[in-house]
Amino acid sequence: MIQNLMDGILTGSYLSLGAIGLTLVMHILRFANFSHAELLSLGAYAALVCDALVTSLVPVFATKLGALSLTWSLLAAIVVSMVFTGASAVVLDLLVFKRVREKGQELSMVFASFGMALIIRNVIGLIFGLSPELYSKDIAFAVILSQDPLLLVKPDQIFVLGAAVALMLILHLILSRTTFGFSLRAVAENPDLAQVNGVNLTLTIMAVWLIGGGLAAIAGVFYGLSHQIIPVMGRDLVLPIFAATIVGGIGSVYGAVLGGFIVGIAANLALVVLPAGYTPSIPFLLILAVLILRPHGLFGEARA
Amino acid sequence: MPKAILVVENVTAGYVPDLPILKGVSLFAKTGQITLIIGPNGAGKSTMIKAIAGLVPVSGGRILVDNSDMTGLRPDLLAAVGVAYVPQNDNVFRSLTIAQNLALAASRTSDDRATQVENQYDRFPALADKRNDKAGTLSGGQRQVLAIAMALTAAPRLILMDEPSAGLSPKAAGEVLEHARALTDKGVSILLVEQNVNQAMRLADHCYIFAEGRNQIDGAAQDLLNDPVVGEIYLGGRRVGTA
Repeated sequence: MIQNLMDGILTGSYLSLGAIGLTLVMHILRFANFSHAELLSLGAYAALVCDALVTSLVPVFATKLGALSLTWSLLAAIVVSMVFTGASAVVLDLLVFKRVREKGQELSMVFASFGMALIIRNVIGLIFGLSPELYSKDIAFAVILSQDPLLLVKPDQIFVLGAAVALMLILHLILSRTTFGFSLRAVAENPDLAQVNGVNLTLTIMAVWLIGGGLAAIAGVFYGLSHQIIPVMGRDLVLPIFAATIVGGIGSVYGAVLGGFIVGIAANLALVVLPAGYTPSIPFLLILAVLILRPHGLFGEARA
Repeated sequence: MPKAILVVENVTAGYVPDLPILKGVSLFAKTGQITLIIGPNGAGKSTMIKAIAGLVPVSGGRILVDNSDMTGLRPDLLAAVGVAYVPQNDNVFRSLTIAQNLALAASRTSDDRATQVENQYDRFPALADKRNDKAGTLSGGQRQVLAIAMALTAAPRLILMDEPSAGLSPKAAGEVLEHARALTDKGVSILLVEQNVNQAMRLADHCYIFAEGRNQIDGAAQDLLNDPVVGEIYLGGRRVGTA
């Protein structure tokens, strides 16, 4: 039970990171981006490639960091992957979403994002093949935190949780302390008013994609560290990430964080009573419950 | 005679390309004065202000501020030409605190931003007391004051105000309009759109009356206020002469 709770918190940490990006994009650009989870795959694979490159060029960096299966080169790869994925999201917006946004309707955006999700997923599959990849082929041994009740945790998982919390703190500070953060929130609330107050809309939208893509990349790598990297991981993640966003309330970063942990914990706790095959239904149930009880989500605000 | 800060020449504008709301409007606003636009609903008053602010595409004509052409300027660059815009509703960011609203508004100036914000607190002490409250918690009148304060952080020479008294009690409306008057004493020019015709006309220097996307009549506010025909047009919507 406590083990499940712990696993849930760890699942929650990467779901939250994915949900933060999604909630920002959904709030500021006002559309449900079904291709967001593919940015996680993109980030995971970008990091895989970059990790392999760094390791072969500078073998010294292949040394592990303490007890972690994480290496220096993977750490560098994460940073590169964040930039790459963020930039890809910006390019994707310029090529596809911006055009649809200017000409089509909200629903056209949703369909476009579905299409992009399928394209990205299958291109990744074409390039890397459909079999799973791993960042480290070594077995990561879990550390026993306590014998009774038995509590196991991998050092990697602690790192993932710590890094996720740190990133959320940084984002919180940006949103609540800097004028750049205010301008992001301003555009989300009222794009016209933000513009007449001197906010450059085009640059802000790019920044949103960069942040959303960057966080998605990290979330993808973290997912890869605790599971495996497969081209269809986006398909498996899209629902929990949407559930986290909706549970937290669209547009609320803090809601996305909480929503991510709620979905992660609920899905893992459900393993206690439900066969594993049924866990994907948990996010659905959570979405249903929240939509019935609090249609705007836990932290969401009604919008005209 | 004061020179014109704003000149609008034969402007055609509308949200959709083939459906102009403004059909060849010309007007000018003199430096340090309040220029008022009134007219029935749908006359294009707000569209005029939004077209100047760059929020509605202008398909014909020119808009000059201080003799430099700013037609089709991106709205985020308004402050650079000395123009600020106070929209009608939703003119503050409700989810941000008052301090955050002002900080964001001040971020577009190259002047000392902290000083600009402090100046607004000095000017409007009611805002200073609530600086850490969300703007969404403010009353209608306080919200208008915050919106004006946000406009002032950019030290504008021309402020476009769209119905600042809308939805306010007569007392609060009077106070907001008084703030507007006080600004012109410092050399700021104001282009004001109002439904609150009587109160606004007593305050304004010059007045334009719009109908159906054209300006119908204009003159000194005092003269129009005493003109029996004006009351009739405004209330009855009958047209006098041609645009």
